[in-house]
Amino acid sequence: MIYKVISKTEFRKFIDAIVKHNNAYGPQQVDTGSGGKPIYQFMPVKSSDEIDFDYSVTHSSAKHFFLPFRDELSRFNFEDGNWEQEVRYEAPPRILIGLRPCDISAINMLDEVMLNGPYPSPYYLARRKNTFIIGMDHLPLPDCFCKSMNRHTVNHGFNLFCSDIGDKYYLSINSSKAYSFLKEFIIEEPSYEDNCLLIERRKTIKQSFETNIEVTGLPVFLDIEFDSPIWQKWGDKCLSCGSCAMVCPTCYCYSVEERFDVDLKGSSRQNHLYSCNLVDFAQVAGGHNFRPRKGDRLKYRYYHHYRGFAANDNQQICVGCNRCGRACLADINPKDVINDLRLERESCMICVLPSPDKT
Amino acid sequence: MNHLGFKISKMKIGSFDFTCCEGCQLQLANKESTLPDFLGLLDIRNFREISSERHDDYDVALVEGSITRSDEIERLKAIRAQASVLVAFGSCACFGGVNSLKNKIPAEEAVKGVYGDKKIDTMPSTKISDIVTVDFMIPGCPVSKDEVERVVIGIVTRSLDTLPKYPVCVDCKQRLNTCLFDLGEVCLGPVTKAGCDAVCPSGKTPCLGCRGPADDINFPSFLQLVKDKGLSQDDMREKLTFYNGFADYLDHES
Repeated sequence: MIYKVISKTEFRKFIDAIVKHNNAYGPQQVDTGSGGKPIYQFMPVKSSDEIDFDYSVTHSSAKHFFLPFRDELSRFNFEDGNWEQEVRYEAPPRILIGLRPCDISAINMLDEVMLNGPYPSPYYLARRKNTFIIGMDHLPLPDCFCKSMNRHTVNHGFNLFCSDIGDKYYLSINSSKAYSFLKEFIIEEPSYEDNCLLIERRKTIKQSFETNIEVTGLPVFLDIEFDSPIWQKWGDKCLSCGSCAMVCPTCYCYSVEERFDVDLKGSSRQNHLYSCNLVDFAQVAGGHNFRPRKGDRLKYRYYHHYRGFAANDNQQICVGCNRCGRACLADINPKDVINDLRLERESCMICVLPSPDKT
Repeated sequence: MNHLGFKISKMKIGSFDFTCCEGCQLQLANKESTLPDFLGLLDIRNFREISSERHDDYDVALVEGSITRSDEIERLKAIRAQASVLVAFGSCACFGGVNSLKNKIPAEEAVKGVYGDKKIDTMPSTKISDIVTVDFMIPGCPVSKDEVERVVIGIVTRSLDTLPKYPVCVDCKQRLNTCLFDLGEVCLGPVTKAGCDAVCPSGKTPCLGCRGPADDINFPSFLQLVKDKGLSQDDMREKLTFYNGFADYLDHES
């Protein structure tokens, strides 16, 4: 990693230069909510003026740049009673600007799933390798809980990371490509004061979290609470609409569909991002549904995020961005569900016999 | 025709309209890019919008429109007797559709409002499954041509596709739309069957539920949501009754 500082005006010049001739996406205000709050999404941008650098958080994550909501895996061509399969992995180069540490951490986790397992995904790999990521830090929103998940900072998985230290950005340069681009602009060695400002900035961010979730020992809690009535309670609220999984930066479950061309001379095999909360997620051929109840489906989403990965990979796959909580119309969010679960267990502890006195 | 070593035959199709705008049938003749190939899958026996030839040896009947006159009942039963597969086509056939709005007011008042003093035979608008057995539904106002293509291809190749079971929110989130509830509107997306690519919310128009309820919807939670957001109950009711798709849920509730 190389550390430099750049003035904000020079930084905009740098952004203008790289977005001009590339497919670039950055945070943009797309709407104003009824409470007057701006709503942001990662949108195509052609100049720095189109980017809201001081945005809070995007409503949807950057996941779909790597795992599109619908993606053609292969095409089949039928001819003379035979067929040929055609697979394409091409991904045009792209720049993503303004990703938060939690967003980048989420992509790092997707790397684990998509690239480091026994069957790496060439589709994902092509997109990942051809995407240039510029991260930016931010002060957390009141409902962000990435610090609880230890995802409020990130030290890899990006090309360039910018920390806001007032008139300048403190740059962490993590790729030779980023460094060769930046060399064309006025960048400086961080001064003693810049370093102090960076440490101050990090401290401010760390101390600004208002939402904390106790996640230590959570996998064990979840094991114990498999049959808890809490799941039905939250399941009764759940609309099974899948919004949580769509906006989530790490939910990657999908279904595969085959679609014939109308002339029947070819077909397309498509991957479609799905959600474990949808009614037919666990329905199999013949019609049997392994998880017909909303509460069960909701439970498995929490198990996947907070238990399955912790047990297998020693990490929880949730990054604490609370996009699911913000998108949920039924007001279901990880903080409340997990606290509910802990509360039940802890109140239950009261009736456990006291430990014997030390003699 | 031969497809992957299987002998397949064109679908002998009849398309019929009852009380409706014929807009759904018009969709069959839409989407020019694939229209010749689409028509290549069909042997059109009876379809007045496409051909003046009339034959009664169809296998698959597409039925558009709701039933609002006694003579329509007999005609529908005759179509059912001929067709081996009967498809309810569009929201009117599936749910009673927008025609059902007249069920809310006395029949005489409705007739007078539209036709003046002319005498008109009419009855409350009803979905076709109240009269005959329906084998498959393609809801929508109008139907989506993409979905019609998939269903027709499914029937022809004997690999029947199913409609999505989940709500419109999935499609809507995938288009990165701002949730209309966040903009202070009542939207039926969370309870309506997906497959329309969230075309209305993408244009900032709340979903009116033309595709009817998704499978196993959480209706109480939806009512609670509108209440908690402090949105208009009248607005919600108007939307829920607009295409008559949620009649079962509303009856159950009252």
